[in-house]
Amino acid sequence: MKFSRRQILILLPAAAAAWDAVLAGTPETAPNYAMTEHWWGMLVDVSKCIGCGNCVRACATENEVPEGYFRTWVERYHVDDYNLAEPIVDSPDGGKQGFPPALQAGGKNFFVPKMCNHCAESPCTQVCPVGATFITPDGVVLIDKKYCIGCRYCIQACPYGCRFLNPHTETAEKCSLCYHRITKGLTTACCEACPTGARQLADLKNPKDPIHEFLRTHTVQVLKPHMATGAKLFYNDLDGSVR
Amino acid sequence: MSRFKDAEHLLRLLLVFLAGMVVFVVVRRILVPRSFGEYGHYRGNAISEIASQPVVFAGHSSCETCHTDVVAVKARGAHARVNCEACHGAQAKHTEDPGTVQPPKLDTAVLCSRCHASNAAKPAHFPQVAAEEHSSGLPCDTCHQPHNPRIASGGKQ
Repeated sequence: MKFSRRQILILLPAAAAAWDAVLAGTPETAPNYAMTEHWWGMLVDVSKCIGCGNCVRACATENEVPEGYFRTWVERYHVDDYNLAEPIVDSPDGGKQGFPPALQAGGKNFFVPKMCNHCAESPCTQVCPVGATFITPDGVVLIDKKYCIGCRYCIQACPYGCRFLNPHTETAEKCSLCYHRITKGLTTACCEACPTGARQLADLKNPKDPIHEFLRTHTVQVLKPHMATGAKLFYNDLDGSVR
Repeated sequence: MSRFKDAEHLLRLLLVFLAGMVVFVVVRRILVPRSFGEYGHYRGNAISEIASQPVVFAGHSSCETCHTDVVAVKARGAHARVNCEACHGAQAKHTEDPGTVQPPKLDTAVLCSRCHASNAAKPAHFPQVAAEEHSSGLPCDTCHQPHNPRIASGGKQ
């Protein structure tokens, strides 16, 4: 097939329009999901956590988290009498295989599940030099793997130690609040696998979500409130020794 | 003198400057993704890319559609609020193709003790046992039916 110069000139705008469509990229995958109608957070009831490690294993399965790295993990606290400033904390393999019997006798013992706090004013999104990590309009802090240059700045910035560098992709990684699940109406993998309901996904914009009633009637805290990160990981029954 | 004698030099400079600006705008348009800045200082399409990740845990409502008998047994016992996949593992592949993809058989000795092995850090009201003393090595499902673990419910048939 042979084109004259005139034909090519006529075809050029069409080609430009087609290239525009290519650059515009993939369309929205969850058409029934409106980002503006949600504001996601999570509730962790410390008094219900039994340290079984189901959440850690479920997260690793759902999100292909590399061995030895954790998007969520469980810590065991041991606090002697009044010594809130120096708790003994252990988390063997992130609590993935559960916990052996405690070594210390007496005192106070409890489990604390941890993960990304999906902060509304997150330090990690503020330091990213390339716009690879951001908070979505529905309140989930995500990482754009294609844009991350692996500079590790966000890993240092996170006050909760929730981020790590994936050794295979060399990009920053952390809990995505199972964004691929919550946008399809499912709960997160950790909440799905939690046998005691110690973890509950919460939609703070949904007036029918039981989270509102819970927050009104319980003494709920976030971690490191003095850092004003706007954390949305709410803890019920949190001990003062937890950092 | 009717005109500024160096005007031609300035015109050339202006043309070079304009050409530079055109090159900048064109290159920027090619390099910056179209969706960048759609919601903020990031690639808007990244959101839908992350949302398109495949689901591995099917969710309890998927189990309910077929296994109504087990859900009914479970609803009467202490495990009523334990989701199926908490014990049986991620089953999205099974829901897509229930015929060929079968959930693995479970070892109750491992599974039950994950939650019910006694540990000082567990909440005091949570039922806990020291496995050796409690069953002297017998598998838990000798006496307890996991979907409704109270012994009165008959144990393993």
